[in-house]
Amino acid sequence: MWVNRHVSTTASADGTVARARGLVVRRSGHLILDDLTFAIARGQVTGLLGPSGCGKTTLMRTLVGVQDVTAGEVTILDLPAGHPRLRNRIGYSTQAAAVYPDLTLTENLRYFGTVLGLKRDRLAAAIGKTVGELDLNGLEGRTVGTFSGGQLARVGLAVALLGTPDLLVLDEPTVGLDPVLRHDLWQMFHRLAAAGTTLLISSHVMDEAARCDYLLFMREGRFLAEAAPDQILRQTGASDLEAAFLRLATGPRSARETVK
Amino acid sequence: MSAVDVTGIESVRVAPPISWSLTWATARRVLAQLRHDPRTIAMMLAVPSVLMILLRYVLDNPLALNRLAPVYIGVFPFVTMFIVAAITTQRERARGTLERLMAMPLGWLDLLAGYAIAFGLLACVQVTLVLVISLTWLGVSVPGSAVPMAVVAVLDAILGMSIGLFASAFARTEFQAVQFMPAFVLPQALLCGLVVARDHMTPVLRWLSDVLPLSYAVDAMQRISTSGSWGRATGADLAVILAFTVAALVGGALTLRRRTR
Repeated sequence: MWVNRHVSTTASADGTVARARGLVVRRSGHLILDDLTFAIARGQVTGLLGPSGCGKTTLMRTLVGVQDVTAGEVTILDLPAGHPRLRNRIGYSTQAAAVYPDLTLTENLRYFGTVLGLKRDRLAAAIGKTVGELDLNGLEGRTVGTFSGGQLARVGLAVALLGTPDLLVLDEPTVGLDPVLRHDLWQMFHRLAAAGTTLLISSHVMDEAARCDYLLFMREGRFLAEAAPDQILRQTGASDLEAAFLRLATGPRSARETVK
Repeated sequence: MSAVDVTGIESVRVAPPISWSLTWATARRVLAQLRHDPRTIAMMLAVPSVLMILLRYVLDNPLALNRLAPVYIGVFPFVTMFIVAAITTQRERARGTLERLMAMPLGWLDLLAGYAIAFGLLACVQVTLVLVISLTWLGVSVPGSAVPMAVVAVLDAILGMSIGLFASAFARTEFQAVQFMPAFVLPQALLCGLVVARDHMTPVLRWLSDVLPLSYAVDAMQRISTSGSWGRATGADLAVILAFTVAALVGGALTLRRRTR
């Protein structure tokens, strides 16, 4: 490899943060991810869109390194997925908040922050920043178990953001949130991307697809399309992304060739 | 710090298997969780003492109490720590916090040692309380010092915790984790010499009793309560208890896989 390791600590020379080649995941006999090849560009919001059960979560777990891979290879920041050095550079939030409901917000953030290697002043600064960014001010001393669904979802996001990761993998982060909050979060996602963070965000709501810089349309473990939103619209001739998805998913076989 | 070998390929520095700051952070987190649940703490600390008081008045016989009390003091913390550890770990899996931690720079040793410190401290308080009540109010007498008895009781508690951690890997729900208490603990309680002396068991039962860890916990408590000091036989019992603890922790660690199939 000619890649200079010191330069490549944030992304490959071509600006790719994550890439997969021929990725196959089988779980107890079922084919969940069927031969996926893709690249995720640095500093962009990439949307992973598809119906529930299509393999979005498994794909995200593979990138984070908590899913066994049946075949193919996945690299993140030039390291194989799951490499120990990636563990504090990827922020991951699952559909469940995955925090301790019997601890206060501050206690949760302090614990996860410590695990990420933050100490004292840096830890306090990171906690203050994420609490403000996710509009959780005033809830610091409250037990997380008493939070509303929307607040809880933001606590999960806060933990993912805490270590200022290079890559954020967010599994359905806006599900069940009110429209104002959803809007605010998307603005934050774009702010983070503008600052150089790479985001992979899954959703099954098509109106969020238009907010992404790049889209991976997924169905039954395969990609239907892998392109920028306007390119998908242009190539399918559909009026909106929902119609484009339908056309790709149900159209004649020739139209089903992956849009690239 | 990373080293570059002659081929120019950067070699990955092998991280130490345990980080004290992460272990301590985990112990503090577990203790904080317990602190937010004062009723559980109160029950964990009070129940063994209340049962001991009950035992005193049910038996109403100083000689019988003196014989049974040390055994109970060894078994109570084992049982409570088993349940608490099994359920805490099962919750950690079900809520997704374990997966989150496994995706972060936390080693399995940090997690297990953190649990052991937190529950070990709790066991110390629990054992001290029941020992003080037994030796003062209830009139249980121990030749020599009570310290060896306290040490063995705390080791029994840590043994219970490790087996609970291991068992939790096989529980898909909290209900199952609770059911493991009778499934894992009651057979041991029946076979450990509490009900019938181990020497009086049929060969098969005696053999079963020999391979179960609680038997050694009870043996050690009985020996110490009659001698009041450490002896070679007690040392052998403790070695067996420690071996079971390590085996259960290793078994538990094997179930803490970072990747799932």
